[in-house]
This record gives sequence, C-alpha cells and structure tokens, in this order.
Amino acid sequence: MCLAIPGKIVDISPENQDSAMVDVVGVRRRIDLGLLHDDKPVVGDWVLIHVGFAMSKISEQDAAEQMSTLRMLGEIDGAMQEVQGYGLDEVN
Amino acid sequence: MRFVDEFREPELISKTAEEIRRLAGTNRHYRMMEVCGGHTHAIYRFGLKDILPENIELIHGPGCPVCVLPMGRIDDGLSIANDPDVIFAAFGDMMRVPGTLGSPLEHRARGMDVRIVYSPSDALKLARLNPNKHVMFFAIGFETTAPSTALTMMRAKAEGIQNFSVFCNHVTIIPAIRAILDSPDMRLDAFIGPGHVSTVIGCRPYEWIAQNEHKPIVVSGFEPLDMLQSIVMLLRQLRAGEAKVENQYKRVVPWEGNRAALKAMAEVFQLRPYFEWRGMGFISQSALSVNEKYAEFDAERRFQVPGIRVTDPKAAQCGEVLKGVLKPHQCKLFGKECTPEHPIGALMVSSEGSCAAYHNYEHRKAAMVSLSPMA
Repeated sequence: MCLAIPGKIVDISPENQDSAMVDVVGVRRRIDLGLLHDDKPVVGDWVLIHVGFAMSKISEQDAAEQMSTLRMLGEIDGAMQEVQGYGLDEVN
Repeated sequence: MRFVDEFREPELISKTAEEIRRLAGTNRHYRMMEVCGGHTHAIYRFGLKDILPENIELIHGPGCPVCVLPMGRIDDGLSIANDPDVIFAAFGDMMRVPGTLGSPLEHRARGMDVRIVYSPSDALKLARLNPNKHVMFFAIGFETTAPSTALTMMRAKAEGIQNFSVFCNHVTIIPAIRAILDSPDMRLDAFIGPGHVSTVIGCRPYEWIAQNEHKPIVVSGFEPLDMLQSIVMLLRQLRAGEAKVENQYKRVVPWEGNRAALKAMAEVFQLRPYFEWRGMGFISQSALSVNEKYAEFDAERRFQVPGIRVTDPKAAQCGEVLKGVLKPHQCKLFGKECTPEHPIGALMVSSEGSCAAYHNYEHRKAAMVSLSPMA
C-alpha cells in the first residue's frame, strides 16, 4: 500500500538503535529505523512511515501537509488503524 | 470546480490549473499514465479529471500490487495455511481479495488461522509469540515494501527464528512499465512516476524511459498541487519535444534512492526469471523471490504449493483495465456483479485499484449532484 504516515520520533531505544518510539498525532508506537542507517534520525525528527518502517526523514511542515493529504484522501482512518496495529498491541 | 475549494491553497491550485489549460492548448491530445495505485486513488478522490482540460487523458497504470496478483498465487498462499499449525499473516488489503475458494477472510470464517498485521515485523512477532505454530507472512508490494520484508527476514535469521517464513509476491515497477511500453495497444505520451517506490529506487531507474523511449516522466507527490504541478512539468517537456526524468517530489524522494533499503533487498532477494501479472501475462525479471541464503524463510521451499494457474472469471475484464486499455466502467461487470461490497476481481477490493477508486468517485459525484441546487 502506498500509505506513508508521518510521525515524530520521541524516543530511541538505548539497547537497540533501530527501535524508535514514534508519535503519530498522539498515538505512540514502536517502529523500525533499520532502513535509515545512512541518514540516522534523532529524537525530535519527523519521518515517513510505511508498514512500520521509517522510509525517509521529512520536515515538520511536510509532516503536517502529509497528514492533511491523508485526510483529503480519506485515508486517515486507515492510517491510524495501521499505526495502532503496530506491535500487535491488540493481538487479533 | 467545486472540489477545488476543499483543498489547501485553492488559489495556487486554480493558477496551476490555468497554466495546464494554457500549455495543453487545443490542438493535441495528451495521454499520460500515472503508474502507482496511490496516484490513481488521488486522481479520483480529488476529482482531478474535472480540473483538467478534455485533451489531457489520464490512463491508470498497473501500480497496485494487490490488483496485479493472479488468483492462483492467493490460492497457493492459502493452501499453505490450510495446515492447523500454520498462521496466515497478511496486510489488511489482502483480506478480502478473492481466491478460487474464497478470500482469506472467508477462509478465516471456515476455521483457518488468519491474522491481519500492519508490518512484516509484526508477522515475525507472531512467530515469537506462537512457538508451536508456523507463521507464514504473505508478502506483497512493490519496492516500497520489499525492503521492510527483507529487513524482517534478516532479523529473523539473526535471531535464529525457526517458525517463520515469507510467501514472497513482491513485484518490481520497471519491468511493468517496460511491458506497458512494449504493448502494441498502448499509446502513451508521458508518465507520472510513482512517489513512494521512488524513495527506495530513486529516479535513475526511469532514465531509460526518457532516453530510449523518449517519453518524459515526472516523479510526483500525492497532493492535488503536486500532481497538477507534475502535469505542468510534463506538458512543458512535451511542448519542447524534450524527454527527461524530473523529480517533483524532492522533499521526500532522493535522486539516488535509499541505499540501505536497496542493500537489504539485495541481501535477501533475487529476481525471478519471470512472474505472471494479472492481465499482463508473464513479465521477465519482474518479481522477487527469496534467495538461497535465506531459503529457510522461503515459504515456497518449506511448503508444497500447487502452483496452479487460475484465469480470471471469463466476464471480468481486470486485465484490460489494469493495462489502461479499458476504463473501469467499461468492464461489463462494473457496478453490477462487481462492486466494492461484492468484488469479483482485486481492482474492486483494493483502495488503490482503479475500479474501487472510480466506483467510489462516481458515488461521491452523484451524491454531490443531488445535494447541490438545480442549475
């Protein structure tokens, strides 16, 4: 799916540099930073997330615009459902 | 132009639309293909066709990984999971895709252990949580998603996980574009290039389209303004007789792509000599399979798959719609036997499928007409 969800990195695990806690409009989940080795994000950076992996770093403004785009596309519910589903917090 | 007011920066959008009209003129008919399903979805959702002049025709490409998967592959994945000790894990948009004996969701209703995951890492997590079962992850997607599957398998290997495998249906975009250009019934002037696939592969892989086929291609973002700007850029090239690769989505897409992602893919995957695409037949080197090093995580090697080719229901014209030869509403089953509630083919199931997008847009348009005052 082409869904790319913007999120802010709020924590990076000290034991595992690839595991980050991200905040997507208030929902916090762990995502994988393994694809950004060449451009390591730090806490406070915004990233575009796809299937639980950060794909690229973006600006805060671009993140806001991307949320707006998802809303316009009618994809916001799908996006939030996806983020909430990361980590199997509710095993289905 | 009722949709324009809903958008951000309506003035800029109006200006860009005017620029398009000016550049497009009236003498020439332009056929532009948007490759990726996300763009197809955006075009319908934003009513972009209403904004564009009549002589610009947008043709939908095959960039919907769910849509291009032949039914036989879904059957294969489900047959592996027929074993009570196997958990079938896949993304949500796979759940309602029809196989010969029903969709994954329908199989779940009949007792199969089917789980929705939103990340390949979560499929791996299921394997850790269920040591007495085997978790088979039904992997789909273009190069946007393949690196995540690859990285997950690398983690599985590093951890020595024994009960996890991937049924790999990742496909690659370039051979699909090549097949479209080689197709005798296709006449295209330009391409709107995929946004998120390009974050991984970069813009270089499209250079042959410009250099060898002499068609301009602009990698585009997903906002209405992004797509309209991309069309301006394409029109400028076409009017000047140029053919280049341009990047309109610079804020997200690096020209060189994502090296770490490409490395992960190379570590785990290899190219299949050929792979069948729904409606397009066999395309060489167009899909990925798990390589020898990661064989223990390859569901096709751990399990027996029937590998039976299943053709689409005779009346369904999924193939022609996928290639852009037919518009969705021109398929005989569209809106009648085949609807989003009762899909016959994957193009009606996936939100990126052109049939689903067109169907929802038509309903939205009809609803708006009924709400607005009579002229």
